[in-house]
Amino acid sequence: MPSVTLLGQALISGVLAGGLYGLLAMGLSLSWGLLRLVNLSHFALAFLAAYIVYELGTNYHVEPWWSAAMVVPAMFAIGAGQHWLFDRFKVNELGSLLMTFSFAVILEVAIQLYWTADFRRYETEYATRSLKVGPFYIPVLDLTLCIVAGALAWGTWLWLRQTYVGKALRAAAEDPEIAAAYGVNHKKLAYLLSGIGAAYAGVAGTFIALIATLAPAQIWTYLGVVFAVVIIGRLGNPLGALLAGMLIGASESLAQAVLSPAWSPIVSFSVLIVILLWDPEWL
Amino acid sequence: MDERMGAFRRRGVLAGMAGGAVVLAAPSILRAAPSGKPVKVGATLSLTGFLAQTAVVHKIASEMMVEEINGRNGLLGRPIEYVLLDDQSKPEAARSLYEKLITVDKVDLIQGPYATAPILAAMGVAQRYGKVMIQSSMGIPKLQTYDRAFPATPFGPEPNVTYPNVILDALATFPTPPKTMVVLTSKFPSAQFMAQGMKEQAEKRGVKVLLYLEYESGNRDFGAIAARVKEANPDFLWVGSLGLESNLLLESLRKLDYTPKNHFHLYPAPGPLALSPDGDRALCSTFVEPDEPFLSRPGFKHLADEFKVRAAKANLPYTSIDAQGCGMISEWQILEAGVNGAGSLDDEKIAAWLKKNRVTTVYGSMRFDGPFNHGDAAQLIKQVQNKDWKVVWPKEFAAPGVKLIAS
Repeated sequence: MPSVTLLGQALISGVLAGGLYGLLAMGLSLSWGLLRLVNLSHFALAFLAAYIVYELGTNYHVEPWWSAAMVVPAMFAIGAGQHWLFDRFKVNELGSLLMTFSFAVILEVAIQLYWTADFRRYETEYATRSLKVGPFYIPVLDLTLCIVAGALAWGTWLWLRQTYVGKALRAAAEDPEIAAAYGVNHKKLAYLLSGIGAAYAGVAGTFIALIATLAPAQIWTYLGVVFAVVIIGRLGNPLGALLAGMLIGASESLAQAVLSPAWSPIVSFSVLIVILLWDPEWL
Repeated sequence: MDERMGAFRRRGVLAGMAGGAVVLAAPSILRAAPSGKPVKVGATLSLTGFLAQTAVVHKIASEMMVEEINGRNGLLGRPIEYVLLDDQSKPEAARSLYEKLITVDKVDLIQGPYATAPILAAMGVAQRYGKVMIQSSMGIPKLQTYDRAFPATPFGPEPNVTYPNVILDALATFPTPPKTMVVLTSKFPSAQFMAQGMKEQAEKRGVKVLLYLEYESGNRDFGAIAARVKEANPDFLWVGSLGLESNLLLESLRKLDYTPKNHFHLYPAPGPLALSPDGDRALCSTFVEPDEPFLSRPGFKHLADEFKVRAAKANLPYTSIDAQGCGMISEWQILEAGVNGAGSLDDEKIAAWLKKNRVTTVYGSMRFDGPFNHGDAAQLIKQVQNKDWKVVWPKEFAAPGVKLIAS
């Protein structure tokens, strides 16, 4: 029987790990929910950002936070540029899946060409710092990630509900023609939202560089679990994405603590199936 | 009859060793340049996909060896043309590509791919066409049932029995030998195979296995696993890890303010673990390292230096030659010895020659006449000491002044 300390520690680790799932899911959820574009290259953009942060930190000794200040706007520009292609070729939901998959593969190859297929690890002093609260340890970096993810999720949620731009985006997602009749320029707003989604990938990438392993094929590591998170959290809902990420992270971690760690990959999809069947009102 | 066979075998052994040593030691300038129609040698490597980290090392080692052999006398005086395809880390792709190499590209010889699953897939094709297949990374020897498949790495026929005992022998020399252990492993087939062997052998020798845990290959978060290891608090932690899993696990343990007392890692990425702040005194499997006494083996220093130059040029973060690179070098050394020894490109004759002769490789002298064409096991243990890997066990393979350090 696992001890309370083990269960508590597993829960903390899981919730914090889920913060990364949520952060990765946010941009994907926004573009899928509000633009009807499924952007598979979101993962590749996050890893491209991670590699750049790694490169700047390892070879030029740039602090990761300064790297993020450069990478995030660059990702915003890439996201907006990517939307120009969607717009130019009038890409629909299914088309976006294929197009962004191709884009992700191209990015994967480009990353491999420059950084090789070998593993990269960005060793920093932040990686193993923890706070001790009673018998539990809270990793500082993972906690920071969750705070950043929470701030972004909350801010985006408020922005979508309280501002004209946010309301216009939601209206355009509901009914583009009616929204256009009220003067909503959906095309311009879509560029903004695409840029924001990619910028979130940049934020996620910064943390991936600090806490995870870098290898080109790792781009696909988060695909399944993040899609489950996006669906559980409801499309276009950044707060839902973060909470769903934490739910999945906690479930995986508890499965690792109580059952065999090998069971954890099936947890995310089991939770997804249960929630889809249950379809609770509050979600 | 036995005596005659014994004499014949001894002569074969001596001939193979002497031939190999001469080939490795003689400067290329003294040898004739190969000429004529190239000998096509086909292979796949996982140049993309989740195994690509190791393929990049194999590719460098392979290309280096093709140049080395062509710089000598090639194969039977003919230059080698290396036909390399990308199996994308997928066994089904490896199967199709070996079919293509043999039937479309019409290669004369083949080399094995990387990792157990692609090797098994390719072995089926090799068997269908009767091709000799030398491979360096099938960690489960009993699956190599094709009689013309040869190992280039000295795992021995039962590494799941022999290697755990090498580890346990080393641990037994500690001032306080471990009485308890945790076995934690990736479900990657060869790692899982070794983990089960470690558990069984440890229990046989009276070491209590407190926990046996398996995780999926590519596990993203080690937080909960680390909490379980910390709670078990074993004297010895054995990790069947691949790539950077060991780094992630040790980091997760440190986040919990826990440092394992003694820890072993099966197939980690050597550079990152050696350089990690958590890697000090980590133990790991190896067969050869670019250090004495291995550098005194014929030709090894030159190969290790050349590999370093090429790895740096390819922008690899860790440029020292490791077991992966040596495995590929050994593959080519065995192929070269087999073809030149048999005096033919005929697979049947090459296989027959290999079964009767020893070959001098970077791993030392290897034979192929045991179960599953394996010879003697030659696993060693290395340890991170001052951010560098040092062979520490068995003692006779440790460099002068290097000792196994207990935590």
